[in-house]
Amino acid sequence: MSLRTVEMALSTPGVDAQGRPVRTPLGVADATPRYDEDFGAEHMLVNIGPQHPATHGVLRLVLELEGETVKRCIPHVGYLHTGFEKLGEYRFYNQIIPLTDRTDYLAPMGNNVGLALAVEKLMGIEITERCRVLRVIACEMNRIISHLVWLGTTGIDLGAFTPFLWSFQERERVYNLQEAWTGARLTPSVTRVGGMMADIPEGWEDGLREFCRTFPSTLKEVDTMFTRNAIWIGRTQGVGVLTAEQAINHSLSGPMLRASGVDYDVRKDRPYLGYEDYDFDVPVGEHGDIYDRYQVRLEEMWQSTRILEQALDRLRPGPINVSDPRLILPPKSRAMSDMEAMIYHFKQVMEGVKPPVGEAYMGIENPKGELGYYFVSDGTAKPVRWRIRPPSFINLSSLPAMCEGALLSDVIAINASVDIVMGEVDR
Amino acid sequence: MGLNNPATANERDTTSVVSMESPNWVTTRLDFLSNWARSNSLWPMPFGTACCAIEYMATAASRFDIARFGMERQSFSPRQADVFICAGRVPFKLAPVMRRIWDQMPQPKWCISMGACASTGNVFDNYTIVQGIDTIIPVDVYVPGCPPRPEGLIYGIQLLQKKIQGETFTDPMLREEQPLGPSKLFLPPARIDELSEPFGNSVHQTRSSS
Amino acid sequence: MTAAVSPSAAALREEFGEAVERVVVSCGDTIVYVTLGREHDVLAWLKATPGQEFNYLTDVTAVDYRDPEIPLEVVWQLRSLGRKADLRVKTSLGGAAQLEVRSVYDLWKGADWLEREVYDMFGIRFAGHPDLRRILMWETYAEGYPLRKSFPLRGHFSRAEQTRQALAANPEAHYSLEELSIAEAYGELPKDVQERLSRGERGEVR
Repeated sequence: MSLRTVEMALSTPGVDAQGRPVRTPLGVADATPRYDEDFGAEHMLVNIGPQHPATHGVLRLVLELEGETVKRCIPHVGYLHTGFEKLGEYRFYNQIIPLTDRTDYLAPMGNNVGLALAVEKLMGIEITERCRVLRVIACEMNRIISHLVWLGTTGIDLGAFTPFLWSFQERERVYNLQEAWTGARLTPSVTRVGGMMADIPEGWEDGLREFCRTFPSTLKEVDTMFTRNAIWIGRTQGVGVLTAEQAINHSLSGPMLRASGVDYDVRKDRPYLGYEDYDFDVPVGEHGDIYDRYQVRLEEMWQSTRILEQALDRLRPGPINVSDPRLILPPKSRAMSDMEAMIYHFKQVMEGVKPPVGEAYMGIENPKGELGYYFVSDGTAKPVRWRIRPPSFINLSSLPAMCEGALLSDVIAINASVDIVMGEVDR
Repeated sequence: MGLNNPATANERDTTSVVSMESPNWVTTRLDFLSNWARSNSLWPMPFGTACCAIEYMATAASRFDIARFGMERQSFSPRQADVFICAGRVPFKLAPVMRRIWDQMPQPKWCISMGACASTGNVFDNYTIVQGIDTIIPVDVYVPGCPPRPEGLIYGIQLLQKKIQGETFTDPMLREEQPLGPSKLFLPPARIDELSEPFGNSVHQTRSSS
Repeated sequence: MTAAVSPSAAALREEFGEAVERVVVSCGDTIVYVTLGREHDVLAWLKATPGQEFNYLTDVTAVDYRDPEIPLEVVWQLRSLGRKADLRVKTSLGGAAQLEVRSVYDLWKGADWLEREVYDMFGIRFAGHPDLRRILMWETYAEGYPLRKSFPLRGHFSRAEQTRQALAANPEAHYSLEELSIAEAYGELPKDVQERLSRGERGEVR
């Protein structure tokens, strides 16, 4: 048996002479039960997870409790560590894109876009206008579905089951769109370096417009259900408070940071994909508690719908891929008939695309926070180092600071409000 | 129970458990009844780790609704569950936890390995991912896909139901527990290595530089 | 994205002189290489000085190059939220007797888990970190440091051995010393185990 530091033999010795179960403290010859002593003095060790319905994945929390109050909270992560960064060193740049679907699997297109932008920054490529608008559409659609999962699962954690079904119903509509575009509901791999995997099919824009038209009514229903609900307010206001300084010091990002009053959104402060031309607001909270985080995320979904409508108006016919034959695979018909196209195809598939020596960091506003991709290239077709700057990992590291002093049931609510996805935390 | 022969197969005592000499009309009627009851009220233990867990949640939600197949109550406590649905990739750090939860489930229990990661390790042929949970627990149904569509998972559940309907209680080996032996391995080491061997693209993508 | 050098680089050169080994601009980002040993001073100065005010630590990571001539580097990505400026600071661990740098946990709490991950993946120790132990792999992981180039993709051990080591780990044994100091848990330990703990002995994988 493997030992970490101790042998934890936590079994009871069995029954006493009368057949009643006996609980004898281990290592103590005297069988007197210890609960005579000062009852409140002992702190209790409670282990939550890694398999637990409310930890949003395989997260393990070890809590030291004094009664119901948490004295110490020690999170353990790594139960979903997949070695993405190691795998990325063995793949061509385009082959890394399917890997990114699986880190933050709640908003996969956002990851794809982030990776493509990072590689394009490394290679110094300018994408086409249509590609830029399509990527904005992809990011904002995924912001909505990520926040919907957050809404549903947080609702379940706090006892409200119905919004889970509503949010998953809305997600199904977006999944239909994602499937029509890329063929996959959850792992789209929609971008390529220098362009997109495919253009949107006929009638897709109408589908998205229809979604944007009807989605706000669901948001209104959720708003009616939660925002002035006494139970919701009682469980979320004043719970899990982080001040603005703490949030900045803990390197939080995304709605966690904005709910604490820090007005920082990568789309506004470090714009990419033409976000500076879109008309949208960034909700910023005040108190830094769970209620503010809920408000921020709800409002963000509404703002994303606004951006989607503007993007649809902005969409013009045109090429989605950069017209660089060294970068983009030629269409199959040409590759089979034209010698040059065949050579380009061969070189890309067999040797990959080689960026210049250098390094690049690109951060985008993922629904969870700032997702950053850091590439170091040595001139070969596979990166020397691929680093994912994981917003959920860093947001989760502030969990002990929020939980200490809170009640046990608050821990579940606070954990839900961080909006983690373990695939990204553990990579 | 799974199709794999565990390490302890040879040590099973086969003489003491047989209840009837051979299947007959009575046993088949009783089988039909118990299998019908079991297959239509499978309570899943969703061991959801990654992306497949989200597709599992979508399957449980209103559009696909596995409640119509009897999986009304998602049992997050293994003590009250029938089917262990491993949805997602399992790293080695999670392996003992998974095995512990499997052991905590009472018989009769079945296992669905949902998705390519749980079935074989998928594209993650590296230092950290278990190359198929069948190296650790016995699996009844493998559902391929990355992630499998909800319809795919439902088909897998229906296959499991069909499998359960083919069971008979006169088989003494059917509900045998397969405890881990002293080596703490579910399969013999050679078999684990054989199952985990790289195949397909994994064979070629082992060079870091080009 | 202009290719201009960030003005912080010049200010750093002025303040720290030779500790700033070189300044590089790559893909629009400014990278400052500092001498090993001075990294904490440089980062503290960047955080505290008016005009720099890099109050946000975006990332801490490390890079192991394929070229054996280039040593391990530790990378800090900094950001000034107010000035909307970014900076990347690197230090190279070439020729160091041991892989160790100073922790910046005292400057930014966000460095906590980021440094633990670098330790876990590369084996670089961070002096001054309050709780430096593995975070993504389990604490008694014996195969090595996964993101080093000397670590093969599938690990050093065979699959059977990896499975055996993983399954041999009793889930209840995965408690750290800090957790076991919680009174109820410690009090339930057998006396001989308590004695072993007080002697500072740790268990190993059998």
